[in-house]
Amino acid sequence: MSTFTRGFRGRRRGEDDRLPPGQYLAEDFPVLSAGPTPHVPLDRWEFTIDTEAGQTHRWTWRELTALPYEEPAVDIHCVTSWSKLGTTWRGVSLDVLFEDVETTADYALVHSYGGYTTNLPLDDLLDGKAWIAYRYEGEDLTPSHGGPARLLVPHLYFWKSAKWVRGIRLLTEDWPGFWETAGYHNYGDPWREQRYADD
Amino acid sequence: MTRWRVARLVKVRDENPSARTLVFDVPGWPGHLAGQHVDVKLTAEDGYSARRSYSLAGPEGVELTVQRVPDGEVSPYLTLDMEPGDELELRGPVGGWFVWRPDGPAPVLLVAGGAGIVPLMAMVRARRAAGADTPFRLVYAVRSPERLYYADELARPDPGVSVSLAYTRRAPEGHPRPPGRLTAADLGPYGEADCYVCGPTGFVEAAAALLVELGHDPARIKTERFGPTGD
Repeated sequence: MSTFTRGFRGRRRGEDDRLPPGQYLAEDFPVLSAGPTPHVPLDRWEFTIDTEAGQTHRWTWRELTALPYEEPAVDIHCVTSWSKLGTTWRGVSLDVLFEDVETTADYALVHSYGGYTTNLPLDDLLDGKAWIAYRYEGEDLTPSHGGPARLLVPHLYFWKSAKWVRGIRLLTEDWPGFWETAGYHNYGDPWREQRYADD
Repeated sequence: MTRWRVARLVKVRDENPSARTLVFDVPGWPGHLAGQHVDVKLTAEDGYSARRSYSLAGPEGVELTVQRVPDGEVSPYLTLDMEPGDELELRGPVGGWFVWRPDGPAPVLLVAGGAGIVPLMAMVRARRAAGADTPFRLVYAVRSPERLYYADELARPDPGVSVSLAYTRRAPEGHPRPPGRLTAADLGPYGEADCYVCGPTGFVEAAAALLVELGHDPARIKTERFGPTGD
């Protein structure tokens, strides 16, 4: 049973079945991060995948951007309640990057320039569900939105889409990341409204 | 934390022509750390509801300061229409990162832009309430005198807390600093400190970059951004 707020009407924007519970449509693209924005020069940028067996797969900026890319149009949902529908990106599918990676690990810990980390099951990165994105709405990704490149994994709350992505460590056990150890949900499915640790 | 609680408005205080502080009575409120926020839910009679996040302004109880966004959906209601006795739902406290604990030994540098003062004021108040002697420095950038929050409280001496105001567009008569955007000189000289920066995105980007330039360790700069981006 909800408590009504006397005199509040709100501004109905019409129901949209692309909006998960508790989310509202943002016109702009708000930013949420926890520290200063790192600036990573492209000639020193690299992306790595480290397997549980200690193997490292490595791509320079030139190598990454020479790989086949996709241009997904996706809805994104931030845990602070804004959603943005139909955003367009350019990036390399994780399926391409994992092509030659041998692993039996179930978990991934994503880490970023600047020290940010976030965790998710490896399955959530594969089968067309995630990209290393470097363009947004036809422009190079700006540093404040995670450029030069960020993880894009739109079916989870957007904090999982790590900005300034630097690499992925594959793990046989789950290892909670930055927000996951600061009170936020370990998995973060917006359709099940998994915002906080005990949701 | 996930339980929605009924919050009854008990007191309002206008901070300036466009911002209001709201004090709520929330039975069973578990307490919180300075810097944390709450999720607020307002439900219309037909069941439509809207949610927003607001920083807690005080060290105890639920006190929010809300800036009215001219075209906003929720903030005009909270700052103009809601009256003592009215109810909404909220849950929290939320956020375990952008927080200050009174037992923190390191000096603290707080950098606020506009409405970003709210969680930082909660830290100043928590320090005072705990009788802590941690040195605090607050640099508060604000567009003009009529945009200031907590003006009287900030003007009162608070031993161990130094407050500098940086007006960005228009300063009151006789203010020593000419109006203009925040510079390294406003934040320096460098001294080892835990830094907290809160404000609109563009402001936080600029202020955090200045702190890094001055020599602060990026790992000791905590930021909280809100609003649209400039790019």
